Amino acid sequence: MKTVLRAAQAGTMESNDLMVIVEPGSGGISIDLESIVSRQYGAAIRATIARVAAEMGLTDLNVKAVDKGALDYAVEARTRTALGRALAPETDGGRGK
Amino acid sequence: MKNAIGREIPGETKGQGKLRPFLGAFQGAPETFPRLPPKKRSPPGGNKVFSSLGDLFGDLELKSGATVSFHHHLRDGDAVANMVLAAADKFGLRDLNVSLTGTFAVHAPMIELVKKGVVASLRTSSLYGPVAGAVSRGVFPTPVLIHTHGGRPRAMKNGELSVDVAFVAAPAADRRGNIVGHLGKSACGSLGYAWSDADHAGTVVAVTDNLVPFPLFPPSIPQNKVDRVVAVESLGDPRGIVSGTTRITKDPVALKIAASAAEVISASGLLKEGFSFQTGAGGASLAAARYVAQMMEKDKIRGGFALGGITAHMVGMLERGLFQCLYDVQSFDLESVRSLGRNQNHLEIGADLYANPHSSGCLVDDLDAVILGATEIDLDFNVNVVTGSDGVIMGAAGGHPDTAAGAKLTIVVANLLRSRQPIVVDRVITATTPGETVDVLVTERGVAVNPKNQELKERLVKARLDVKEIDELKSLAEKIAGAPEKVDRDGPVVALVEYRDGTIIDVVRGVSG
Amino acid sequence: MTARTRRSLLYVPGNNPGMLQTGGLFGADVVVLDLEDSVAPSEKDAARDLVCGALRRVDFGRAATCVRLNSLDTFAAADLKSLVPARPDLVLLPKTGCPGDVLELVGILERLESLEKKDRKPIGVMALIESPRGLAEINAIAASHPRLEALVLGAEDYAAMVGALRTKEGGEIALARSQLVNAAAAYGLESFDAVFTDAADDEGLAADTILARNLGFTGKSAVNPRQVKVINDLFSPSGEDVDWAGRVVRALRQAEKEGSGVASIGGKMVDAPVARRAERILRLAEKLGPGGGDGR
Repeated sequence: MKTVLRAAQAGTMESNDLMVIVEPGSGGISIDLESIVSRQYGAAIRATIARVAAEMGLTDLNVKAVDKGALDYAVEARTRTALGRALAPETDGGRGK
Repeated sequence: MKNAIGREIPGETKGQGKLRPFLGAFQGAPETFPRLPPKKRSPPGGNKVFSSLGDLFGDLELKSGATVSFHHHLRDGDAVANMVLAAADKFGLRDLNVSLTGTFAVHAPMIELVKKGVVASLRTSSLYGPVAGAVSRGVFPTPVLIHTHGGRPRAMKNGELSVDVAFVAAPAADRRGNIVGHLGKSACGSLGYAWSDADHAGTVVAVTDNLVPFPLFPPSIPQNKVDRVVAVESLGDPRGIVSGTTRITKDPVALKIAASAAEVISASGLLKEGFSFQTGAGGASLAAARYVAQMMEKDKIRGGFALGGITAHMVGMLERGLFQCLYDVQSFDLESVRSLGRNQNHLEIGADLYANPHSSGCLVDDLDAVILGATEIDLDFNVNVVTGSDGVIMGAAGGHPDTAAGAKLTIVVANLLRSRQPIVVDRVITATTPGETVDVLVTERGVAVNPKNQELKERLVKARLDVKEIDELKSLAEKIAGAPEKVDRDGPVVALVEYRDGTIIDVVRGVSG
Repeated sequence: MTARTRRSLLYVPGNNPGMLQTGGLFGADVVVLDLEDSVAPSEKDAARDLVCGALRRVDFGRAATCVRLNSLDTFAAADLKSLVPARPDLVLLPKTGCPGDVLELVGILERLESLEKKDRKPIGVMALIESPRGLAEINAIAASHPRLEALVLGAEDYAAMVGALRTKEGGEIALARSQLVNAAAAYGLESFDAVFTDAADDEGLAADTILARNLGFTGKSAVNPRQVKVINDLFSPSGEDVDWAGRVVRALRQAEKEGSGVASIGGKMVDAPVARRAERILRLAEKLGPGGGDGR
């Protein structure tokens, strides 16, 4: 099972954005989602988060996401950033890998 | 049974009895309901003034099961409905039917009174805040009736809505019961939604925190209609009553929509001498009014009247000579409150003259153009302004269906995507305004014209507006946001959406959570 | 050379999803997704991910997409590594100080592009000139590499660095403007004037835009979407311009047909720069369509 090194977050609470907090999991990928459009897009948001996690090879992860109406590209980007930060060996001031 | 726009309407409901399904915007026949006119007498030298609600309730012949009414000119600053209902509770009254013309967050204490049995039913034109949530969760024992601004005076006039005691919040009153709305610390401007109550209620009580020397003139509601005056410490919180200033939005998307809406008006050919206009105070609507004002000034057009909720912006247009008069049923900001006392051609009107479809001619019928909002619009141009796309109540019918029916050109402005939610849907979850009364939808990604109005479409195409079919807009929105999952509508009926003629255009079903 | 008919260049903050996804709605000819000044140092990675996502998935309409990188001495290389696969049409290099900066950027671009499919169009380069050094070397920068398409003036940093007081009238940047326009014209590049920072002052924006147009700029930067329409309108050819350009081109064709090397209108000779100006006007007019309106 591949897991992240540490807790990390990305995104903001502004409208059209998504805040994602990730931390090492305790078996499988669990997603706790709060969304202003959860009735219409909750399943789509969860699917995207799970897909990005899988693409990055993660099988063991806790995700907490607060969605303010982010489009799918932003959901994907915020998840990617949070996971990138959680997987980075050390904080590098955002210089990239 | 299904109504004229295909909405399933129950034959009857608890509280409202038999329901009449919507037949079409102009098809509902006027009805009358037998009712004895109220008995009134006020002998010379008699006293109308009470120094507390307690004294007043000792004197009023108010019984459990009665109907009481309130206006919403104090909006989210209103303390009157809460204090009167609390007093009624203290006096042991139960099962009251409440007609409150608009319901805001400030009215949250009503929820406990519903649970306690003090309040049995609610009629209102708008539902915001905790009460709206409570309605959606089915807290009320009978479905809440959501009416339009024109539908209420119709129901009062024809006897369908019979009010026993009207409690009229009065920012200024004298001992004889002359009242105005534009003076005092709780000034709210027009009292137009209370005029029908003053005409038809069994007993009319002015509730004031500003008792001024007699005579108070010219009155908004005169003494011959007011039976009691009760003095209280405060009508509410001025910060919630009027906004200091209604600001024009800086959001570039809203400004783009506003500019397109103004171009639609220009291209329609209606913008000429005598032009009459209504717009809301919300984002794109107010900004559109500014663009319209610029076009009128540039082309030296003198309009006829502006109508509706009045803002500082409309006052400015009046004072610059762009309109001959303002008809004000509701004043939105401090400047419009002041103008009502200052400008002779800024006229206070009642909801009956504003929008009653079963009168001898209301002013919405004389509108050239109106700009309205939407939370959803469907492929038939039916508009939802009452619930969110998730079916939870959070809005107002208000004057939306009235002005849409009356105006020659009804423009709905909306972001094609509100957050992620597409505004254009197959079928709105709650119909408020029928599509046959809507001419054009203006979004940031294009303009769609109701197919019934081919001439307008041609004019807009000629004026190089970005005209698309409404289903194209829907596909575009879903391409950007993804298709939303369907929201189920299978809970119990928690609210009825009454069309202005008294028929039922849709119902709102409860949602869990 | 590509058809250079771009009038407006709109900056959009790179870490703001709401603004990124509406950036294409205002009629800007170039939308600049910004990774530099509008993004806090700790958010550079987030903005990079978001901008790459937007480039792949957001429809910017007919606008060219451009990304303002961080400077070469900070995160430009990391920016490019993420960005190149997402294929913006252009990148804008901030703080361009010498021809070597452009060459260094092009070198990184070429290396990263070579890892991609070969059939993709190379990413174009714009240089932001915002320092006294950059202005001192502007002619060499303009001549530095064929990938360079445009020079863009950054007036706020420039004025601060020379110690000038920034004014609405812009006397303090007059020389910078003219030098930039001249260098761009000399090497066949586009030239974009600096942003007008007071987004609420429509009249000031119009005056500043007219000044830039009359100095010879081919377009202007915008910091707020509502500025785009004013800039597009003022940089669009008037009916008179189009008539004149039509006459020039007809005269040229006539001269060609008659085998005479020299065309003239109204007794004045039409030389190559005049012909180029006329061709640009006609291209713009053609792009804008009858009536000339756009930006909706």
